[in-house]
Amino acid sequence: MKPIYISSNNILSPLGFNTVENISQISREKSAIKLQNIIGKIPSYAALIDNDFLNQVFKAQANCDICDFTKLEKMMLLSLIDTISKASFSITDRTLLIIATTKGNIDILNSKINHMLKNRVYLPELGKQIKNFFGFKNEPIILSNACVSGVLAIAVAKRLIQNEFYDNAFIVGGDLITEFTISGFQSLQAISDRPCKPFSKYRSGITLGEAAASLAITSTNNSEKTIQIIGDGSNNDANHISGPSRNGEGLYRSIQSALQESKTSPERLDYISAHGTGTSYNDEMEAIAFNRAKLENVPINGLKGYFGHTLGASGIIETIVGLHSMNNNILYTSLGTDELGVSVPLNIIRKTQKRNIKTILKTASGFGGCNTAIIFKKIKF
Amino acid sequence: MKDLRIIAYCSIKDNTIKLNNRTKIAKDPKLSFLEFAKKAYKEQILDYPKFFKMDNLSKLAFLASDMLCNSDIIKTQDKENMAIVLSNRSSSLDTDRKHQATIIDTKSYYPRPALFVYTLPNITIGEISIRHKIKGENAFFVLDKFNAEILMQYSISLIKNKKSNFVLCGWVDYDKRKYSASMYIVARNGIYKHSKEFINKIFNSN
Repeated sequence: MKPIYISSNNILSPLGFNTVENISQISREKSAIKLQNIIGKIPSYAALIDNDFLNQVFKAQANCDICDFTKLEKMMLLSLIDTISKASFSITDRTLLIIATTKGNIDILNSKINHMLKNRVYLPELGKQIKNFFGFKNEPIILSNACVSGVLAIAVAKRLIQNEFYDNAFIVGGDLITEFTISGFQSLQAISDRPCKPFSKYRSGITLGEAAASLAITSTNNSEKTIQIIGDGSNNDANHISGPSRNGEGLYRSIQSALQESKTSPERLDYISAHGTGTSYNDEMEAIAFNRAKLENVPINGLKGYFGHTLGASGIIETIVGLHSMNNNILYTSLGTDELGVSVPLNIIRKTQKRNIKTILKTASGFGGCNTAIIFKKIKF
Repeated sequence: MKDLRIIAYCSIKDNTIKLNNRTKIAKDPKLSFLEFAKKAYKEQILDYPKFFKMDNLSKLAFLASDMLCNSDIIKTQDKENMAIVLSNRSSSLDTDRKHQATIIDTKSYYPRPALFVYTLPNITIGEISIRHKIKGENAFFVLDKFNAEILMQYSISLIKNKKSNFVLCGWVDYDKRKYSASMYIVARNGIYKHSKEFINKIFNSN
């Protein structure tokens, strides 16, 4: 199978509208999570993107006559403008667009919103906005696979390019914080009363965040140093639609599938970027799966203490931070993880530190029993 | 690798379920989907009361997949690592609207967890996986319209990349009381051709 590489990337979050700004905030352990009073019935912690700032930046950068885009579309477009401008390739009829989102423009379902944009609640209509803005030639694939959407989008792009259906791909992930999602997670009693604490003994649920993030993926590499996607897997627990499997079966299988494809043994992994939502069940399940895969000694963090759980964007954002860990040989603090609170050992990254990082594992798990694992490797030619 | 094949296919439209183009269940087209689903359950399934907790989209996906995932069509050991790749246009909007209705009014604000969990289209894949103990690859694509090409490309990729030997693939859409489901199993050997023409024929039949 031909090698597939990452070209450019962008993170657009409350911590900054490009990757450099985001990484600089993370390295200072700055979090985007704040107490918010504006959404849902109960005040809760969340990481929100400021509407005025977004509109201002969008107006300056998007260069459009009629800017009738929704908030999420603006976020996705801005993120892609950055990634496309820095990519090693341009859009042709062999370029794929993948959009990873759980709920898209779900804020429009609320009848108080402008009726002109009503049909954009259909995900393919959102897809058309992104496609037409940049002039993509192919129909976009919208991947709506719960919380693994972002990571799975990377795997889908890699597989379709490897099998020569496309030469390259742009992927963008994004989701909003809306009353729709907040009320749902509150009804499940899954929202933390403090900023989320992945893998902590004191964790009490998720903190939602909003963000967009994008990546350029290609089979052609022109640089001396690059990141290769060397293996992936995405397996179902076949256990419960809204709770993870107790023995981490689907995640374990996903990791095995990625290890096998990449011919990597567990001790060759230098870092794991976990899903780490901060819910009791998820974090325990992940810890068990990592132990079953003999990965308990590999340095690991969860990044949701910085961004909150950004749903469709989360896997892409966390992957991009991982790429920076490889490029800069730095591991970042697992913000919010104090006393370890899972039943098996994990090697939590307590302090941002220099370390030689060559190969990393990114995982995600979500409702519907889905799990995804991808292994990335730093390559020098 | 030689061309892939299709083992079997199923479609549900207008309150009729067909397996390999042969009618298995046909009910009055005037019945609501819910009434039809209940009758189809009684004829076809019987032993899975969790069915009644599912939303419309999952019920639809469940009925179609149940026709295909039986031991006459695919062996139990082959099912375990089968991939499931589904697609539609409306995502989970039918249930999304119901959840939205529970939070629109501050006086009668009652979001329900049992409803909220169905506001993701890939829950359909979760329900099928639990029922048939399938622990393979998953993907849910939301597309402007039925797209045989994308489904074919991804099924081929999964099998060529050695992620699965079988792919349960198709379309399942429920929006504003209109629905349709078309599913098929892709494998290395099978009776039917894995071609754009044949897949479109499955989608356009009934």
